[in-house]
Amino acid sequence: MDQPALAPANEAELAQAVAAATGPLRIVGGDTRGVGRPVAGQPLSTARLSGIRLYEPGALTLVAGAGTPLAEVEAALAAESQRLPFEPMDHRALLGSHGQPTLGGMVAANASGPARMVRGACRDSLIGVRFVDGSGRVVSNGGRVMKNVTGYDLVKLMAGSWGTLGVLTEVAFKLLPCPETVAVLRREGLDDATAIRALTEALGTPFEVTGAAHLQRGEGGAPVTMIRIEGFADSVAYRARQLQAALAEFGTFDLDTDPARVEAAWVHVCDVRGFADVPGDVWHLSTVPGDAPGLVARVPGAQAQYDWGGGRVWLLVPDGTDIRPLLVGMCGHATLIRASADTRAAIRSFQPEAPGVAALSDGLRARFDPRGILNPGLMA
Amino acid sequence: MEMPKPSDLVIAGKEELVAQLRAVLPGDAVIDDLAETRAYECDGLAAYTCPPMAVVLPRTTDEVAAVLRICHAANVPVVPRGAGTSLAGGALPTADCVVLGVARLNDILETDLPNRFIRVQAGLTNLAVTQSVEDDGFFYAPDPSSQLACAIAGNIAMNSGGAHCLKYGVTTNNLLGVTMVLMTGEVVELGGPFCDAPGLDLLGLVCGSEGQLGVVTEATLRILPKPEGARPVLLGFDSAEVAGACVADIIKAGILPVAIEFMDRPCIIACEAFTGAGYPDCAALLIVEVEGADAEIDHQLGLIKQIAGRHNPVEMRESKSSAESAAIWLGRKSAFGAMGQMGDYICLDGTIPVSELPYVLKRIGEMAQEYGLGVANVFHAGDGNMHPLILYDANKPGDLALAEGLGADILKLCVEVGGCLTGEHGVGIEKRDLMSTQFAPDDLEAQMLVKDAFDPKWLLNPAKVFPLASSAARRGAAA
Repeated sequence: MDQPALAPANEAELAQAVAAATGPLRIVGGDTRGVGRPVAGQPLSTARLSGIRLYEPGALTLVAGAGTPLAEVEAALAAESQRLPFEPMDHRALLGSHGQPTLGGMVAANASGPARMVRGACRDSLIGVRFVDGSGRVVSNGGRVMKNVTGYDLVKLMAGSWGTLGVLTEVAFKLLPCPETVAVLRREGLDDATAIRALTEALGTPFEVTGAAHLQRGEGGAPVTMIRIEGFADSVAYRARQLQAALAEFGTFDLDTDPARVEAAWVHVCDVRGFADVPGDVWHLSTVPGDAPGLVARVPGAQAQYDWGGGRVWLLVPDGTDIRPLLVGMCGHATLIRASADTRAAIRSFQPEAPGVAALSDGLRARFDPRGILNPGLMA
Repeated sequence: MEMPKPSDLVIAGKEELVAQLRAVLPGDAVIDDLAETRAYECDGLAAYTCPPMAVVLPRTTDEVAAVLRICHAANVPVVPRGAGTSLAGGALPTADCVVLGVARLNDILETDLPNRFIRVQAGLTNLAVTQSVEDDGFFYAPDPSSQLACAIAGNIAMNSGGAHCLKYGVTTNNLLGVTMVLMTGEVVELGGPFCDAPGLDLLGLVCGSEGQLGVVTEATLRILPKPEGARPVLLGFDSAEVAGACVADIIKAGILPVAIEFMDRPCIIACEAFTGAGYPDCAALLIVEVEGADAEIDHQLGLIKQIAGRHNPVEMRESKSSAESAAIWLGRKSAFGAMGQMGDYICLDGTIPVSELPYVLKRIGEMAQEYGLGVANVFHAGDGNMHPLILYDANKPGDLALAEGLGADILKLCVEVGGCLTGEHGVGIEKRDLMSTQFAPDDLEAQMLVKDAFDPKWLLNPAKVFPLASSAARRGAAA
């Protein structure tokens, strides 16, 4: 980091800084998600664009500056027994990063956890954005209401664009109430294919499963399959019984309602703690649940954590392994999440798109960042 | 409603164009006879009509691609059309355009219950998707009122919602992938039966782009297990303000109903006269529906009644059976028909922050008086998506313009209080020229940059969404 960081105090200053930039900028929120091809550029921090601008619990909506620490928002929501619906992943444990995750960084990464499968990703709860594009133009899209089809949905486009199309300055979310009770059904010892079949069975019932994960090595070392249910206490107890009956062919799923243990178990899954402090690269697969065990079997020596009933797979592989040649023809995509800077410079982190799609993406980048100065190459 | 002047050059080339289209499509798939093209002269916004130059009804993605290649080469504008139920004029033709109807693309291509998705051709109706999986205990969540008729293609174009989106989201939250043909005829696949994009979220961008970025021919949709049951409670209040406060309290209490519908007095009276649903005579009525097993429903409805009880309701009627549920929903589901019987109406679709509900309802009442027009309100209260119905007389000269003036003022009010012009119907032509009240020039420019990237010649549905003056240079450059 040769150049001093830019830290504009407000959106207008940020727009000026981008317009005046003469070289590449490395956009920084909390600097906790070092994913993608390493970017060389002057750091541009959103840290000072911080603070909750509007929070209406009765309307389930929140608007805040992009630099607002996620922890500050989560504390405010918890005080009203509300939450972000998509259970944002905290990358710090997995990536060994420090600092405070920000709302803007979370949106740029479209960071979503186990609940994504039913409650949608970050992009599904994001209802409004303000951003500065690569020309220094301030753009507002969406708003603070949860049903809005006025004009094109640039909100979705900005989510998961990793700061390559614009620098977020303000974000708005719809929220959900926290449940009265959360419980987990747990079964140890299932192999991958059987576990995914069990999770598929559970997700096909009307009992509103909000988490469905399988860890090849659980916290005790043995494989563990976990199903989460949430809601009013009586309802959770009823649905737990129904699910246990529906899953009888897979053995006994034990019910755990201890709040601290349940919370810790899902944080472990959400943040992929099982691969923290373990050497190796980490890949993320998004696929059809039924295909997942077969894909994992194609990567020799890999260790897997399945989430979203199998639709999401975290793979731990030896350093520098390019798994894409092993997964040719897969339905879905593979993203390199944790690797050394050298590996991230050598292997494409983001799945290459088909030529027609890549041309559209390139066309958008050329228009939103014509000088190619916003996190250039990060998604390449 | 102003539309761009049709291109004489394009119209002069009609014969040649039709011959080219007939060369790539079956004989019955090209319509150019004026009498027959009239069937496509408007959509659900029937006040505006214009027969297109020709209509094509392809059956496959390849046929769609062939049509678009021809039109692209000849610089002919193309207006994609789902089932023609748009209330915003999204499928209104121009005299120099080809309407590309997807109604014959109506096959179910793949149903995968274990992995909870279905892949369909985009002309299939919304309801047909749910019908095809409901015997297996699944459903497709977005349920616009027109679901019997409307096509998935149109749902994707407008990012349609419905009564149940408070819990399940709208189309964009349930759409996993599309096969789409660009204006050049190139076919692209975006997404698939898995979550999230590998790169930029182009699927999210396409959903709600009103047929301006490409023609969607196939869609992969998320399907969900049907809940065990659902039942509503009907709550009557003596003021809209109190009903609004009750909605906020229900949400704050941590209950997430699948639907919270609101009707005001003019709407209640009209529905009661039309259906005899037995609604109370009161200022505001809520229908709150929850899902789950019987005991869960009882529990949730009990909590809702407790909360409502603190707001002095004039009526609380909890459904105990499917017959009672049907009775409660009867009036609401007939609301548009009931209003239609009273006269012509315009249906608005603005969204407001729910906290602004009492103020906005009061202002709408005042504005209606100033205009001397009747307005009834029925809407999805949980998410603030309003549907004010403005009554007018189509046979009375000037009355439509008057009603449109009031409509514009109401939509401006929605924007003023922090909301938006349209929550689920789309912009189309109807709200096109109001876009500048919600968006600054740079906001619109950013959206038009997207169209530039997908359709540089601005041939797909070009006169929609953006104010004509804002898009004039781009549309002109294409011609």
